[in-house]
Amino acid sequence: MKVRVKFKKYGVMKFIGHLDVMRYFQKALRRADIPVAFTKGFSPHMVMSFANPLGVGLTSDGEYFDLEITRPLSTKEAVKRLNEVMVEGMEVLDFVEISGDKKSTGMSIVAAADYLVTDKDGKMDDAFFDGLSRFTEQEKINVMKKTKRSEKEMDIRPLIYEMKRQGNAMYMRVSAGSVSNLKPELVMETYTSFLGLSSKEFRFVLHRLDNYARAEDGALVPLNALGKVIEG
Amino acid sequence: MRKLALDDEILLKIEKPARYIGNEVNSVMKDKETVDIRFAMCFPDVYEIGMSHLGIQILYDMFNKREDVWCERVYSPWIDLDKIMREQNIPLFALESQDPIKEFDFLGITIQYEMCYTNILQVLDLSQIPLYAKDRTKAHPIVIGGGPCTYNPEPLADFFDIFYIGEGETVYNELLDLYKEYKHSDWSRREFLERAARIEGLYIPMLYDVTYKEDGTIDSFKPNHPNAKEKIQKQMVLDITDASYPLKPVVPFIKVTQDRVVLEIMRGCIRGCRFCQAGMLYRPTREKNLKTLKQYAYQMLKNTGHEEISLSSLSSSDYTNLKELVTFLIEEFKEKGINISLPSLRIDAFSLDVMSKVQDVRKSSLTFAPEAGSQRMRDVINKGLTEEMILNGAGQAFEGGWNKVKLYFMLGLPGETEEDMRDIARLADKVARRYYEIPKDQRNGKCQVTASTSFFIPKPFTPFQWATMCDQEEYIAKAHIVNEEMRAQLNQKSLRYNWHEADVTVLEGVFARGDRRVSNVLLEAYRLGCLYDSWSETFQNDLWMQAFENTGTDIAFYNKRERDLDEILPWDFIDIGVTKEFLKREWMRALSGEVTPNCRMQCSGCGVAKYKGGVCIESKGEI
Repeated sequence: MKVRVKFKKYGVMKFIGHLDVMRYFQKALRRADIPVAFTKGFSPHMVMSFANPLGVGLTSDGEYFDLEITRPLSTKEAVKRLNEVMVEGMEVLDFVEISGDKKSTGMSIVAAADYLVTDKDGKMDDAFFDGLSRFTEQEKINVMKKTKRSEKEMDIRPLIYEMKRQGNAMYMRVSAGSVSNLKPELVMETYTSFLGLSSKEFRFVLHRLDNYARAEDGALVPLNALGKVIEG
Repeated sequence: MRKLALDDEILLKIEKPARYIGNEVNSVMKDKETVDIRFAMCFPDVYEIGMSHLGIQILYDMFNKREDVWCERVYSPWIDLDKIMREQNIPLFALESQDPIKEFDFLGITIQYEMCYTNILQVLDLSQIPLYAKDRTKAHPIVIGGGPCTYNPEPLADFFDIFYIGEGETVYNELLDLYKEYKHSDWSRREFLERAARIEGLYIPMLYDVTYKEDGTIDSFKPNHPNAKEKIQKQMVLDITDASYPLKPVVPFIKVTQDRVVLEIMRGCIRGCRFCQAGMLYRPTREKNLKTLKQYAYQMLKNTGHEEISLSSLSSSDYTNLKELVTFLIEEFKEKGINISLPSLRIDAFSLDVMSKVQDVRKSSLTFAPEAGSQRMRDVINKGLTEEMILNGAGQAFEGGWNKVKLYFMLGLPGETEEDMRDIARLADKVARRYYEIPKDQRNGKCQVTASTSFFIPKPFTPFQWATMCDQEEYIAKAHIVNEEMRAQLNQKSLRYNWHEADVTVLEGVFARGDRRVSNVLLEAYRLGCLYDSWSETFQNDLWMQAFENTGTDIAFYNKRERDLDEILPWDFIDIGVTKEFLKREWMRALSGEVTPNCRMQCSGCGVAKYKGGVCIESKGEI
């Protein structure tokens, strides 16, 4: 049976990189006695796939990984057991059954992510947001994107689905996943230089709100909404 | 939420910030207002190395079982953070509370190898604690050292208030209770230390004076206070089954060297190899009860979520119930996706059988430690391994599908001849020949025999403590002889040879057998910028040589001199139970190539029988 686990990552855990978060959950699943399925062979490992790895330094309210389990376990029970073995800065929010179909798991279905960006020194004032509508009204937003070999120009405008002020924070919904992933850092950098400022003048704090997939009707839904609650 | 000692900008700039944030599973948080004693436990190397050390985990757990103590951890900041902390004057902090170490009551440092000595000074320095014990006041933490290097603590004597000689489980409670009294009293720091000197096993260097003869050797080593004992008794736990053991060890976020559950099955070793310090220090051999170990395995795997379990001891093959323990681990945990990692076992039918169950034969290699190439030399060092045993073991392994073998040797052993060195290569070749005796259609391609040599360092409390040591040029010349002989072998294409750095070996030699005066070299090397000397990327031999020159310290005095049997050795004030008479006897037997039987075959009267425990009270002649 395939399940999807949703968790949040906050506080000092933002310094734990993606690979270590994976290791962390492998051990946590054992501590919580979740009946995880293993591969065969001399070094069996858990069948686990993470959606949209979070960079070091970012916090999140909506991270996901998919997992194969060998016997059913209710959503309520699994969330409770996992949270009993979490450290501060990690909280399991959901544990739902998903289709066993390969196309519906992990990274491949992520389409968008929401971010909230604040500034440590409170420099995001009215003047900062003044240019926002002019910025989003542009037809093209060309940026130089560095790849391993070269730099190339690309238009990020189609990848920004929404961008607005929320109090003293910037909210954005951008394209995510394996096809076209837009990093919030790049958006903030582009926006500040659009304002004639440098992003180096700011100490942005980046927080991911959730990861989304496209539902059959084309709407963006949080990844766990594609699964169903397991009754106990 | 805890506030971190380092701000985000620093943490995002340095390598592996997880080294410095604490918060790991099973790390212990307490309210600092409700404890009497705050203890910072330090391993003076980088986090990944320090977190892999069992001894600290044992003491961390044991101290935190006391309600009045909060024990936290601290490791050496890596060079990137070290630089930032110096630039910004950030005091070194403990991982749990993130509070500065200088506010603690104790800073305990485990001293596992000589090449971490500059890191000890780094930890003191970054903590903003005076480096010299004599310069500290009641406002500073008590700096206490423990671990194998404290069996000759003299090179570090000036920097420590106390050395705890022996196993940590015995007298710490007494010391902590005394400290509580001191904290609420008007005793001076020195008065506290004088009282602590009454506790068994505690060595307080400032309460002793050393004088030297004209030739540089020690003339006298005497207490300067009535409380200080002439002889410090090694501390030892007789019943290690009932000793405190951490069933909820801290689980690091990042991958560390020992990323698994470690079951300590035994302390001590019955073998008595004459170069081996641990083999003498931890006598008598004591085993942990099998039933207890089985329970521990369950609980520790459950509490940590680790996917691997391994056994710890000096010589696991000598654990009486090894077969039953290993079979239990395989049957109980293999199906649950737990890897069983076996320490280097003696190669025989049983160990090959279990190894084929827990690892992929084609990928793994087998390890033998003959330590010397010729039988003559193996008799000198009392390594009870014959060529026949090695070739038989290798043969069985090859027939079982293995084709990679590692062989470990030492160069520069006492009385070594050129033939002994060449025999290293010849033995490696014989192992390869054994492989090619297997019909071509039944073997798995070519074999690979890798011989590695390290350079012999005479250690305190071994029969070789009086021996002379080679210098760098001699060591390298020896390695070249072996290398040349390797190339002359029939199966040279199947043989690989590599050898250790000789410059580090020379320094280890000086600090292993040094006296109080070599602390000057250490401090000078640290001031010149030496740090992380056990890491090849940061080791700077030229700075070390500069430090010897600047302080006028003669390496040859410490390394090349064969010591007289009646010379006062810097570590003579410690009583490890094994008598000096026994060590002398063993040194003589070594010189004449006589083998001494292991503790289970026959008692050789080393002296530890006085503790009336462990192998000394087992019935003899059964194994």
